[in-house]
Amino acid sequence: MNDFLQIPMLQVLPFGKDIGWALLLIPLLPLAGFLLLGLFGRKHIKNSSGIIGTSLLLVSTVLSLYTAYGYFFEYGKVNGVYQKLIPLQYTWLQFSPGLSIDMGIILDPISVMMLVVVSFISLMVHIYSLAYMKGEDRFPTYYAFLGLFTFSMLGLVMASNIFQMYIFWELVGISSFLLIGYYYDRPSAVAACKKAFIVTRFADLGFLIGILILSFYAGTLDFNTLIQRLTSSSAPEFQTAVASSFLGVSALTWALVLVFIGGAGKSAMFPLHVWLPDAMEGPTPVSALIHAATMVVAGVFLVARLFPVFSMSPPALQVVSYVGVISALFAAVIACTQTDIKRVLAYSTISQIGFMMFSLGVSGSGGENGLGFTASMFHLFTHAMFKALLFLGAGAVIHFIHSNEMKDMGGLRKYLPITHITFLIACLAISGVPPFAGFFSKEEILLAAYHHNAIIYWIALITSGLTAFYMFRLYFSIFWNKEAPSPLERAGGEVHGEGGFAMMMPLVLLAVGAAVAGFIPFGNFVSSDGKLLESAFHLQFSIAPVALGLAGIFAAMWLYKKQNNKPDAIAASLNGFYKAAYHKFYMDELYLFITKKILFNLIGRPAAWFDKNVVDGMVNMTGNTTQAISEKIKGFQSGKVQQYAIYFLAGVIGLAVLFIYIWK
Amino acid sequence: MMEPGLYHLLFISAALFFIGVYGFFTRRNLITMLMSVELVLNSVNLNFIAFNKYLWPNKLDGLFFSIFVIAIAAAEAAVAIAIIINLYRSHHSIDVENAEEMKF
Repeated sequence: MNDFLQIPMLQVLPFGKDIGWALLLIPLLPLAGFLLLGLFGRKHIKNSSGIIGTSLLLVSTVLSLYTAYGYFFEYGKVNGVYQKLIPLQYTWLQFSPGLSIDMGIILDPISVMMLVVVSFISLMVHIYSLAYMKGEDRFPTYYAFLGLFTFSMLGLVMASNIFQMYIFWELVGISSFLLIGYYYDRPSAVAACKKAFIVTRFADLGFLIGILILSFYAGTLDFNTLIQRLTSSSAPEFQTAVASSFLGVSALTWALVLVFIGGAGKSAMFPLHVWLPDAMEGPTPVSALIHAATMVVAGVFLVARLFPVFSMSPPALQVVSYVGVISALFAAVIACTQTDIKRVLAYSTISQIGFMMFSLGVSGSGGENGLGFTASMFHLFTHAMFKALLFLGAGAVIHFIHSNEMKDMGGLRKYLPITHITFLIACLAISGVPPFAGFFSKEEILLAAYHHNAIIYWIALITSGLTAFYMFRLYFSIFWNKEAPSPLERAGGEVHGEGGFAMMMPLVLLAVGAAVAGFIPFGNFVSSDGKLLESAFHLQFSIAPVALGLAGIFAAMWLYKKQNNKPDAIAASLNGFYKAAYHKFYMDELYLFITKKILFNLIGRPAAWFDKNVVDGMVNMTGNTTQAISEKIKGFQSGKVQQYAIYFLAGVIGLAVLFIYIWK
Repeated sequence: MMEPGLYHLLFISAALFFIGVYGFFTRRNLITMLMSVELVLNSVNLNFIAFNKYLWPNKLDGLFFSIFVIAIAAAEAAVAIAIIINLYRSHHSIDVENAEEMKF
């Protein structure tokens, strides 16, 4: 075993000798939980399965925090630059001396940051689900799937090899599929999980081709080597990748755009976003974990992981930024019109991920130019906090009201005080109101965009105003609006509180995170080149976004704080546009049109015809011929012994004639 | 009077053979068919003896062959009669046209 393991960093790490093995435990503990609960959960440990899953993840989280502390403060920095450490590597498939698929762990600022985010949010969701999912028939299965997801996501962020990442990438896809389809007796959930799987799988095809092109030119699948070879303009690999072109675009750009398509599918970027709103059919904590905080930012993480290579190809970065900013605006407009609270949050997620994407797109590599990179990772971090909080808060509301529809809600601040406060904090954070977390990260993103591209900056500015508006529309519709809510009568006299300690503790912890995470000097830890990045704070620059955000909030307050007919009047005056946005700009219909009318008719039907007539025809012809012939000759077997004797005699005479007269 | 030669014997043998074959094809009674088969076999025996006597008078191969054929014919007769008896038990008849179930 030791022959295969190279642990080059073991000696130079002063922080704990077995750091590699401790790191290995971080993803393996949730996996153990998955196997344990998946195999024995339903029969033997049904009631304690939640506790088992949660405690395993607690250990993982502690190890992640320990790793993060060690990396950022003890051993990660050498001469003021954060290093990319590979504490553990195992050669899995050796294709040739130069090319192999390895299984390894990479530690660098973004992977360590993601470790903390994923394990922490996952822990919060585990705890929250103890109460939220209580009494479900498939409770152990739920925790098993959560364990599988957490394992895959942790493996994804620590992958040191692009192919290893691809494996975990597909694993998070399948866990997402399983969890969206958790309520498999609902047809809508089944349709949603299939849709999510097919759309992301379709995008992953791009990712796979991108990987193949990249590894073809770089001659390696290892991230570090790949980045090294494709970023120095003197390297022969880089020169061939840039020199060879297809349709006038260099191979490098093609590869990066294809990889980005994979990322865009997972991160629900326009036009591959259609699966995310439907994915809200899953249990709400799952939406918080997978479809808000962790899995959907995998695309951003992927671009960030390959960012040095992306920065060598301006066209690819252009694609990233425009796709990002279009998704941001597009989703924000739709979010203003939706009435299902989880769908509002889903579109808000798309919009915020759009922010992260274009922030990467406008970033340069190294030094001050790398502000966009830092900002994007910062926003990823803060967004994970406040969006998970929003979803968990929405979960508490849904738990109380038994409905997803805004019109069933209103005035809930009296019944759900803790949820109300934490939800308000999250809304303020996402709207970019100082001093909450979202303000700082969004400010940096806007600053990066401002320095780089005016169009993107203005679109982003408008979008951040819209963000404030739709978030507070949500907030006021849930907690204010109608003065006399009637959930108590509707629930048939059954009144339950906010969901107890297990549901409230994650909300409070995340609210603390959403409130103070902005004060982390993120540039000190995460930057495009590992060096310290001073994030300068410009008061004048903040005026416009904050003013727009406040304007959005006041507009929402004016429209939704009290029940009135102003929203309907405005919707009516914007008739066509409102309708289009309400119907999500007919994207689903467009997809259906393309698949059903065009793909099915032009490709599916001819293919079916070919299959039915040519392929089946050949097989049937063989069968029919055999049958026809045997129908003709079966009369020979008549059952009459004397007839057989005549055939026999004829045969003998025939043979005799043959041998005597013909084959002399 | 002429000594009977090889051709005479071959003529008788051929006649016996075709009588046997004719009987096998035309008779419906299984016992008669068995008898026809015996005729065919005996025509073969006669061939062996004749060739042995006229072509290789100093050898005994033809005689041995015909003894083998007689032995096998006896065994075959035993088997055939057993089959016929069984057929009679199940069909109450030994007419070959009554036993035609074994067909397509």
